[in-house]
Amino acid sequence: MEKVERMANGKSWKELLLDYALYIILIIMIIGVIVADRSFLSMNNFLTILAQASTRAILALGVAGMIVLAGTDLSAGRILGCGAAVSASLLQSVTYSSRMYPGITEPLPMIVPLLLSIIVCVAFCLLNGFGVAKLHMHAFIISLGTQLIAYGVLCLYIDSQKGGAQPLASLDAGYIQLVNGRLLGIPHLVYFMIICAVIMWFIWNKTTLGKNMFAIGGNPEAAAVSGVNVAKNIMLIYLLAGVLYGIAAFLEAGRIQSVTTATGTNYDLDAISGCVIGGVSFSGGVGTIPGILIGVIILQVINYSLYYLGVNAYLQYVIKGLIIILAVAIDVRKYIAKK
Amino acid sequence: MKAVSEENYVLEMTDIEKQFPGVKALDHAMLKLRPGTVHALMGENGAGKSTLMKCLFGIYKQDGGRIVIDGQETSFSGPKNALDNGVAMVHQELNQVLKRSVMENIWLGRFPKHYGLISHKEMYQETQKVFEELEIPVNPRTIIGKLSVSQRQMVEIAKAVSYNAKILVLDEPTSSLTQEEVEHLFRIINKLRDKGVAMVYISHKMEEILRISDDVTIMRDGKWIATERAEGLTTDKIIKLMVGRDLTERFPPKNNNPSEVLLDVKNLTGKYMPSCIDVSFQLRKGEILGVAGLVGSRRTELLETIFGIAHHESGEMYMHGKQVVNKDAKTAIKNGFALLTEERRATGIFGGMSIRFNSVIANIKNYSNGFWLSNGKMKDDTKWVIDSMRVKTPSQKTHIRSLSGGNQQKVILGRWLLTKPEVLLLDEPTRGIDVGAKYEIYQLIIDLAHEDKGVIVVSSEMPELLGICDRILVMSNGHLAGIVDAKQTSQEEIMRLAAKFV
Repeated sequence: MEKVERMANGKSWKELLLDYALYIILIIMIIGVIVADRSFLSMNNFLTILAQASTRAILALGVAGMIVLAGTDLSAGRILGCGAAVSASLLQSVTYSSRMYPGITEPLPMIVPLLLSIIVCVAFCLLNGFGVAKLHMHAFIISLGTQLIAYGVLCLYIDSQKGGAQPLASLDAGYIQLVNGRLLGIPHLVYFMIICAVIMWFIWNKTTLGKNMFAIGGNPEAAAVSGVNVAKNIMLIYLLAGVLYGIAAFLEAGRIQSVTTATGTNYDLDAISGCVIGGVSFSGGVGTIPGILIGVIILQVINYSLYYLGVNAYLQYVIKGLIIILAVAIDVRKYIAKK
Repeated sequence: MKAVSEENYVLEMTDIEKQFPGVKALDHAMLKLRPGTVHALMGENGAGKSTLMKCLFGIYKQDGGRIVIDGQETSFSGPKNALDNGVAMVHQELNQVLKRSVMENIWLGRFPKHYGLISHKEMYQETQKVFEELEIPVNPRTIIGKLSVSQRQMVEIAKAVSYNAKILVLDEPTSSLTQEEVEHLFRIINKLRDKGVAMVYISHKMEEILRISDDVTIMRDGKWIATERAEGLTTDKIIKLMVGRDLTERFPPKNNNPSEVLLDVKNLTGKYMPSCIDVSFQLRKGEILGVAGLVGSRRTELLETIFGIAHHESGEMYMHGKQVVNKDAKTAIKNGFALLTEERRATGIFGGMSIRFNSVIANIKNYSNGFWLSNGKMKDDTKWVIDSMRVKTPSQKTHIRSLSGGNQQKVILGRWLLTKPEVLLLDEPTRGIDVGAKYEIYQLIIDLAHEDKGVIVVSSEMPELLGICDRILVMSNGHLAGIVDAKQTSQEEIMRLAAKFV
């Protein structure tokens, strides 16, 4: 009976431990890394991690919307690849002889490739959104298809260069500076991430679209009965995701400075893992912006520290895989109704 | 009958007809609602009350008839359209976004905004205003999933009020409320009535109806039967109008004879609350034991704990005097138990599969010769199910989804009989089944008891329990409130027991 009462009146310490288990494990891991190599603990490492996490965080902010809608997006990485290819191809240095567009002799204003990247990404996302909202397909299936289409389009685009399929590199110096420069000692990328996160926080918490998104993810029936246009709101969330993917793609191309057909591979999985670690539930209707940021950053800390410690590259995959499984296993436990 | 046709009506539904495949759900149904009154809509399950309301809200399109609101012929495109025109409904099954706050649920679809951003302050104040008016002691910022069912129901009513509804439909609003909460609800209803709101009140509880309503409309088999002022009515008269025949004919004659003790349940307590607490009873061979209780009295949990799909914390069960432990469904079936689940669609049928698949699935290993499944044996057994359960179906290969609810239930009952159970646990076996088919299910249950099986029937329909059971076990808030003899008890005694631990 004692047990019964505790469960009725509030969370037992066991449940609290379970709720925060992942954070606890991750903090222990980070402490482990610091103990193993004290030099890990430096401002520079910290900023590098943040800068590396930034594009994935922006991508994850888009993917998170779909997960809150009780869906997912397997195509985010390939879509980002397409946007990155568009950005890089338009911003190759005008002095580079085998650039994709020899017709461009003056550097384009940055806004043009950014907008084109966004348009490309939005187009793919609306395809996903149409499948989910209008055709009533599961997000997993439609994005599985879109992922292949986006990859094919990316390969065709890169292969269409006069010199055949070669990396889109030798980017414009101004572009590289815009993305990789620092302001007050902090990488620009970190500012971009923060700006995107703040805007998304407003959309999620202060606008009808955000509230409707949580309602649709939590109980689509109730949302529809209350007069929410479910299909329209789903499309808008996908459109928003497309904009974020476009921005992430533009920044990612400038960050890695060389776009190939492999650009974006598995970024979707990183973004999804980040969301899940950050508490966005796959059952829909639950998630916060700070949670997503923390999730993505924690994942990047693991990536970086495994690399820093010189862990075998193949073993890194194993460890990352285990962390994702652990994250979802714990996430699911919170929602299981015990019988 | 008084002539009430001279009056003003806020809502007039006349000659409404609705045809479903094989069933005439509404046949010249009628409902006339006076402003500022509570109008009880009564009828047995399947009489067409909810179909009529669905026509009003545009969920179904009626095949014939007129809906006139404030003198204007109306046809809503859906619940939201109705809501915007001041016609609201509080559903028995609450449709809420459980993970979001109370106020967000109330203002979903029309959030108050300042400069395009949602104003949480205004949302809070507006919610608070409605809550104060209705005396609902709930913090608008609470996550709605944390509230009790009754509080959630109050929130739903508040939502309807916040739309300034002039017509409000309450579907079984008291089914999960305690007596005190019912009083609170009645205060709210009286307040709304004073404000001129017209309410349609759907309920089975006679005393409530006679107390709260001004007019009563009775439906039977989709037809309008009578509309009368509540003052002139008595419980007996309402029942007679509702049933249209003597109550005794609703149930087949009982010919089962309870003999020696088959199952002995001792101090059964579930592991994860809410569940049953310290329940002990005996079931005899050839006995039909009813389980009564209010919504939330954990009757389903009791069955699930007996069957082993819900964990038990303590307690023992003895079958023929020997201890049995059902640690999951598999061992339970082996031990001679069968469970017919409450939610037929969710946990009973495999909708897209054939009747044959649905018949043999619980017994599948018996058709295996070690390598593959014997088609002939499955065919024979399915034929047995169809014949002995009197399932009306064109073939064994028909998808079970395309059968009526009653026929689906017969297939599932047959499925469990193929496992040769000694104890049948039936959870709401006649829910959502029309009156004629119910009789057949009752007959099957009595036949089973006649064949010396022990049957436990959970039901929310009291007449049903009184009509087919030998004894009735009453649950109250997880506790066993008492076991009564079905022949000597009354609905009042059962209700009193059901409220014992609330």
